[in-house]
Amino acid sequence: MPQNPEKIQDHVELFHQPEYQQLFENKKQFENGHDPEEVTRVAEWTKGWDYREKNFAREALTVNPAKGCQPLGAIFAAVGFEGTLPFVQGSQGCVAYFRTHLTRHYKEPFSGVSSSMTEDAAVFGGLQNMIDGLANSYQLYKPKMIAVCTTCMAEVIGDDLQAFINNAKSAGSVPQDFPVPYAHTPSFVGSHITGYDNMMKGILSNLTAGHKKETSNGKINFIPGFDTYVGNNREIKRIASLFGFDYTILADNSDYLDSPNTGEFDMYPGGTKLEDAADSINAKATIALQAHSTPKTREYIEKEWKQPTSVSRPWGIKGTDEFLMKLSELSGIPIPEQLEIERGQAVDAMTDSHSWIHGKRFAIYGEPDLVYSVVGFMLEMGAEPVHILVHNTNEVFEAEMKELLASSPFGSNATVWGGKDLWHMRSLLFTEPVDFLVGNTYGKYLWRDTKIPLVRIGYPIMDRHHLHRYSTIGYQGVINLLNWTVNTLFEEIDRNTNIPSKTDISYDLIR
Amino acid sequence: MTPPENQNIIEERKELIKEVLSAYPEKAAKKREKHLGVYEEGKSDCGVKSNIKSLPGVMTARGCAYAGSKGVVWGPIKDMIHISHGPVGCGYWSWSGRRNYYIGTTGIDTFGTMHFTSDFQERDIVFGGDKKLVKLIQELDVLFPLNRGVSIQSECPIGLIGDDIEAVARKTSKEIGKPVVPVRCEGFRGVSQSLGHHIANDMVRDWVFTRSDQAKKDGTLKFEGTPYDVAIIGDYNIGGDAWASRILLEEIGLRVVAQWSGDGTINEMLMTPNVKMNLIHCYRSMNYISRHMEEAYGIPWLEYNFFGPTKIAESLREIASKFDETIQANAEKVIAKYQPTMDAVVAKYRPRLDGKTVAIMVGGLRPRHVVPAFQDLGMKMIGTGYEFAHNDDYKRTTHYIENGTIVYDDVTAYEFEEFIKALKPDLVASGVKEKYVFQKMGLPFRQMHSWDYSGPYHGYDGFAIFARDMDLALNSPTWGLIGAPWNEKAQAKKAEAKAKAAV
Repeated sequence: MPQNPEKIQDHVELFHQPEYQQLFENKKQFENGHDPEEVTRVAEWTKGWDYREKNFAREALTVNPAKGCQPLGAIFAAVGFEGTLPFVQGSQGCVAYFRTHLTRHYKEPFSGVSSSMTEDAAVFGGLQNMIDGLANSYQLYKPKMIAVCTTCMAEVIGDDLQAFINNAKSAGSVPQDFPVPYAHTPSFVGSHITGYDNMMKGILSNLTAGHKKETSNGKINFIPGFDTYVGNNREIKRIASLFGFDYTILADNSDYLDSPNTGEFDMYPGGTKLEDAADSINAKATIALQAHSTPKTREYIEKEWKQPTSVSRPWGIKGTDEFLMKLSELSGIPIPEQLEIERGQAVDAMTDSHSWIHGKRFAIYGEPDLVYSVVGFMLEMGAEPVHILVHNTNEVFEAEMKELLASSPFGSNATVWGGKDLWHMRSLLFTEPVDFLVGNTYGKYLWRDTKIPLVRIGYPIMDRHHLHRYSTIGYQGVINLLNWTVNTLFEEIDRNTNIPSKTDISYDLIR
Repeated sequence: MTPPENQNIIEERKELIKEVLSAYPEKAAKKREKHLGVYEEGKSDCGVKSNIKSLPGVMTARGCAYAGSKGVVWGPIKDMIHISHGPVGCGYWSWSGRRNYYIGTTGIDTFGTMHFTSDFQERDIVFGGDKKLVKLIQELDVLFPLNRGVSIQSECPIGLIGDDIEAVARKTSKEIGKPVVPVRCEGFRGVSQSLGHHIANDMVRDWVFTRSDQAKKDGTLKFEGTPYDVAIIGDYNIGGDAWASRILLEEIGLRVVAQWSGDGTINEMLMTPNVKMNLIHCYRSMNYISRHMEEAYGIPWLEYNFFGPTKIAESLREIASKFDETIQANAEKVIAKYQPTMDAVVAKYRPRLDGKTVAIMVGGLRPRHVVPAFQDLGMKMIGTGYEFAHNDDYKRTTHYIENGTIVYDDVTAYEFEEFIKALKPDLVASGVKEKYVFQKMGLPFRQMHSWDYSGPYHGYDGFAIFARDMDLALNSPTWGLIGAPWNEKAQAKKAEAKAKAAV
């Protein structure tokens, strides 16, 4: 039947109509597909232990990874600074992908340029691309800073950023005193969180050069890390202003990634002021809110700035408690009463929901800091982690994760799967099922195959709107994490109890 | 005839281009000047140069050869496993980004929304990745035994470190007894996605057709032809486009043997050299293989356009004209069958869209192909341009556009924003990287790559959805909320927009 203009059907409904179902059936004669019974047999086989062993035996193949490459993390760090244009030395397609990916998650513009290197640059190097590229972007987009990183193409051919930038400055592409920090970000080393770290270190070392003073400015620096919740930086600011101490967030991209609709496009909304970033070398201390996206930056601050650094991940009640006590210790200001009230509210919320989460077995994957933090919160709820999968793992993470698990009676059934991907996770979920899964949008394929409900926490989240606007840290963050978790479980119960006279015994109005 | 109000439009718009160019350094302005033009009636092209390297540092919307090969041409072949060979990022950031719908059990007999990669580490760069690739193909054949073949989609490092993926393909193909297709679509090759399409097409020619030629010789090709055999070429089934097209071709009595490549299979590709005619929707990305089939197998090809009832009817008639009277009579029947629905859709939506203007910037086909669908709704195009078109695309564009249309090739973010500010279209139709820029400006926007997660837009069924979506974009009450009532500047802007709408 042709469309009815009063009720137009798009793909969600259209293809379930009989004529399309017939079309799919007809098409099969040309496809040389497999016998449906064979497909079912293989599908069943992939759910078992034999398959799991074969799956875990692979050494060369990666299927459905849970990590990306460095430059995305680098440009993510860069846009947290005022007026900063990320500039990627290498092939142009990468930048199209980075911008697209970030934009799909945030539903916000994301600006960035590349030096559009092609075959000739592969042969002769990308110096001329850098010279022209910096001149063009400086003049066209009027940034206050251009942060340069690399694609794997530029890395493989060995472009020397420091020398190239100096050459470009000599050629007059940008003024001599214009900040062009850089970081080498090869995609065949580490992951996107490594790129964040490299770029952050590059920017800080560039901006702070020559700004060291005799006395401290008394501020506290915060480095959010590869944190994709714009509510989190705002929560840090709110907490800091409740305390009343002076602080700098390095780098604050919350306004960049959540700008108001005013009817005008601003290419550089918000961001950490460059002079504040330059002065961060004189702060009292630096707190990194993630460990694994900041190791090089922290080491640099300790060694070069002679400034104490610490890692504080304010997720869950304990994580937030420790964070606030650390702030109180550093600032000499007692913890504001308002925060204690909020703590009580968060704990109250947890007690309200505890019975629905206690003893629930879950699997989780994502970046090391996110996984560590969410597991910490779940343990506080009495949930039991079973499969903890971190593709971009490292030894430090695995050690601290095991320590965290050992600290709770609810952590004794967990295995940490470092360096594994989401196809490994599929085997784990089929052979040792859990009650829920925590992960990003890519986890929806696991949900479809295993029917295990997915609590969307992480990056990217592209198939749900606005989750990134919330905070996940602090006591407010506790309530958000709790909300997403418990209500996903409720929806699952409803989904399984909605057939009249068959399953709707438990279709309860009150929970 | 140029209407009187358009008398000065060409001069005005040329002036605008000059103004926009003045923001560039001189060297860049000279280069960009060649890519920006104003269409003048009667000219054989749009007056712009194309398919040239993008300038460094200007924010092009373009992608790379890998995007053209893996992302566009090969990726949708659903029963093969496409390896993103190299570092993890390319495949990760583009994973499931194009909505090429398909039927199948993902991970078992189809693999479209999966990401397979060799996840290159430093040691692979240093020692080469060939050994790893061999092992990887052996592993995937164990874990995914129902795959019908493998393609190796090269990322930047592969060509730079001198790996021999062709040797790996030959060796592993023998081992697993299935096609293994090596594709050298490294991102640094060429100037855009476009070379990736071309390379991908060439690899079908060299690694797939060679097999079907051999099978034909051996008598092992299972194919019984009919006089009505056609293939859909260059439809990636975004949101189900190819299905909404196929249904019409089948309704007029043709037998669609293959879809390239949305919801496609390697078997369909193998059989295509036996069809009577290739029907090509996306000319830019698949004219190469169509031309090859014409030369090698004598199969004629025909470009068609299934956007909007005007073009659909025109295309159905043209396609039918290449077949017998039965098909021609069927085409008339099908057109007549859908006409009342199309009239009703237009009757409903045209009054809400009539006279509205649109500026387009998409890939290599839609900047011209979708224009008539807008026109069917009474909408007028004032600017268009391609990310990666060639000269023959711009030649084909002249039939679609009016005097004074501003044409931009490989437009930069700066140019596009400035043009939009000056031209003030009612709707911008481009990609996701542009979407939120223009929505922040308070402009209705529709994605013309992914249909903004809607679709299909092809065919009669698709046009109804297209009309609905353009209406909901343009007439959303949310645009009217922008600007606080106490903000004088915002209110002045609003009044200006209102006045414009009343004209």
